[in-house]
Amino acid sequence: MGITVRYVTKRFGDYTALDDISLSVPSGSLMALLGPSGSGKSTLLRVIAGLERPDSGDVLISGEDATELDPRKRGVGFVFQHYAAFKHMTVWDNVAFGLKIRRRPKAEIRKRVAELLELVQLDPFAQRYPSQLSGGQRQRMALARALAVEPRVLLLDEPFGALDARVRAELRTWLRRLHEEVQVTTVFVTHDQHEAMDVAGHVAVMNHGRIEQVGAPRELYEYPSSAFVMGFVGPASKVAGAWVRPHDLELSLEPSDGALAATIERIVHLGFEVRIELSIQDGEAALVQITCDDLSRLELKRGDSVWVLPRRSRAFAEA
Amino acid sequence: MRAPSALILGTVLTYLSIIVALPLAALVWRSGGRGAAGFWSSVSSPEALSALELTLVVSLVVALVNAVSGTIIAWVLVRDDFRGRSVVNALIDLPFALPTIVAGLTLLALYGPRSPVGINVAYTRAAIVLAILFVTLPFVVRTVQPVLLELDRELEQAAASLGATRWQTFTRVVFPNLLPGILSGVALAFARAVGEFGSVVLITGNLPFKTEVSSVYIFGQLESGNTSGAAAASVVLLGISFGVLLLIGAVRRWTTRHDA
Amino acid sequence: MTRKLALRTFALGYLAAILVGPLVLVFYRAFEHGFGEAWSAVTTPPALHAFELTLLITAIAVPANTIFGVLCALAVVRHPFRGKGLLNAVVDLPMALSPVVVGLSLFLLYGRTGWFGSWFLARGIQILFALPSMILATVFVSLPFVVREVVPVLREIGTDQEQAAATLGASRLQTFFRITLPALRWAIAYGVVLTTARSLGEYGAVSVVSGRVAGKTATATLFVEDRYQSFDIVGAYAASVVLALMAVSVLLAMNLLRRKEDAL
Repeated sequence: MGITVRYVTKRFGDYTALDDISLSVPSGSLMALLGPSGSGKSTLLRVIAGLERPDSGDVLISGEDATELDPRKRGVGFVFQHYAAFKHMTVWDNVAFGLKIRRRPKAEIRKRVAELLELVQLDPFAQRYPSQLSGGQRQRMALARALAVEPRVLLLDEPFGALDARVRAELRTWLRRLHEEVQVTTVFVTHDQHEAMDVAGHVAVMNHGRIEQVGAPRELYEYPSSAFVMGFVGPASKVAGAWVRPHDLELSLEPSDGALAATIERIVHLGFEVRIELSIQDGEAALVQITCDDLSRLELKRGDSVWVLPRRSRAFAEA
Repeated sequence: MRAPSALILGTVLTYLSIIVALPLAALVWRSGGRGAAGFWSSVSSPEALSALELTLVVSLVVALVNAVSGTIIAWVLVRDDFRGRSVVNALIDLPFALPTIVAGLTLLALYGPRSPVGINVAYTRAAIVLAILFVTLPFVVRTVQPVLLELDRELEQAAASLGATRWQTFTRVVFPNLLPGILSGVALAFARAVGEFGSVVLITGNLPFKTEVSSVYIFGQLESGNTSGAAAASVVLLGISFGVLLLIGAVRRWTTRHDA
Repeated sequence: MTRKLALRTFALGYLAAILVGPLVLVFYRAFEHGFGEAWSAVTTPPALHAFELTLLITAIAVPANTIFGVLCALAVVRHPFRGKGLLNAVVDLPMALSPVVVGLSLFLLYGRTGWFGSWFLARGIQILFALPSMILATVFVSLPFVVREVVPVLREIGTDQEQAAATLGASRLQTFFRITLPALRWAIAYGVVLTTARSLGEYGAVSVVSGRVAGKTATATLFVEDRYQSFDIVGAYAASVVLALMAVSVLLAMNLLRRKEDAL
């Protein structure tokens, strides 16, 4: 069940947004589509919603073929980056919209809308207009509105992209908790790897209209299938032809077997962690991460010569 | 194209054809009723030429006067503040809302034979200019106002901080931004002036070769049964209107050339 | 400071000379011989018929152009097609075209020797010198206003709200009436007011196609001219006052709506 995308291709003129993509979203899971701009993640989401028609391939929702269906018949809830609030309606009317369209009895609508507004903590604002709400509140309203009609699938297109950092962090936690309570199959699009890793149970990394890798956040971080995934999902440096994470590069003042000579270019204090930018003997830049305790112990400063040894690195076939 | 779009487009095109395109097509067709030679002799008859010349000269004068006065009025309405400003602002639209024949009558009342201020310009070319200044009043004002409102004061402050005098700031910073608005307002005023009929028909006496503008000439030709002559002159006016619309479109594209 | 005062004086002086002075005088001349005479001048049967005719024509032209205006805006903004530039030019043309040319083109189309004229006349349907041609003329000249007001607003709204409505289960018709139209209401209202003003005040085109049969095909504006040509000065000015009052109401409506639009 859940969502199945099979061999979907979508082109806009000469530009291929989705290139023969297949993806399976397990029922009830919370999946992130992660990738840089132009990777096709929003297009894929919109194809699942029916807001775009693929040139070839199928989309199945809860086992049913939805490829030819209008968005209104797919049972998808969609949340837009810029809220798409119905500006001329109150918060209450916004949330009630889908139910009114389906001509549900008034009593049922009243009950459901009240429940949802409580769930998203907007009950005191029911009679306000969207223009009177903050960005975060508008997005919560949009979520309540999408959930009101009990969709089979919930799709969110960069839902926190238009919000400031603090609100974004709050809503991330909030979305995760909401999903635990409501348990509907959810897919959201983001270009922020922290957000994807923080919120989602599964992440699909996309690049140039293709899916590079799908898996749990930990899996992607520890066992990336390509240089792109490794570099996108976390910081990484190329050392002696292989890719290594900053915390997997051992730093010492003495040479050892297999270690490379390096010069410290810059020391950045990030609280408990310290990130050191090095240039390795052949001029390549690399990042090392150590604790501030280690920093004091080694008494490192800019310009020092040190030795680095990759403890764990990955080599990928060059694409 | 999906069904509803085709339906909407079909309805729109049908409506436009019936209301606008077909009548104008009939006009163009009938203007060629006596062949190209007939067309040419109609539009180059002394009376037609005199009317056209008068029309173009007056329209140009009106356009230029409006360029200056319209800009000043817009400036005063946006940058100045005085009691009754909102009333004055609302009044600017009056020439648009008032029927042209009534406009002609009101000007005749004040600047005609029984003028209480002693100014009588009836049956003169000045009267034509006056009448058309009345009806074209809103055009430049209303195209310049929004530009002025949106113009960031900080631009002028930046220029001042860099040492520019008020005049330099106006000519080098403010005016270039106002120019597109002024131009499209002027173009609209010109188009309106060329075709104006109702307000001039009473105050000017419509004396051929003296105070007869093209629209009145056409009307006269129609009344005396010379329909293809009237049609030929009309096609000339139609061409001018189209030309002005293209100009306004070009100004619009030029205005937005620096936009993201 | 003096520069500001000079500009203000120029502006207000210009407006007084060109705009306000003449208008005030019309009121004066209309009521110069007493309110009673003015009143009786505008309540004669021909006068009442003229005003009725104007209102009837307006009552037909405005809804027609409003519906057209919204549909045209939808076509232009939401469904791009080739030849859109030409369509825009044709829609804008009535604003730049002389009313006499408009009247003449209708005259040529529906006259005895016109393409459509013979067809209608053969069936005994009178187009020219009767109500139908006057309606067509008025619709022609007041065509662009609703379109021009709605297009920029429709463009700015974007499609997000409509897509959201679709995902929530609304059909295209439901989306149009519940989401799109309400978002456009002030733009449409403003366009309707402009269309109404233009229809009420139409003179040149209607003058050509109506034949000006007094009492039958004379609209209010034609009535004003007729009274003037018959040396009935009070009648002409009195009728003008009525039209001027209509114009002032239009002004007030425009002003109110402009404030509503800005407030949103």
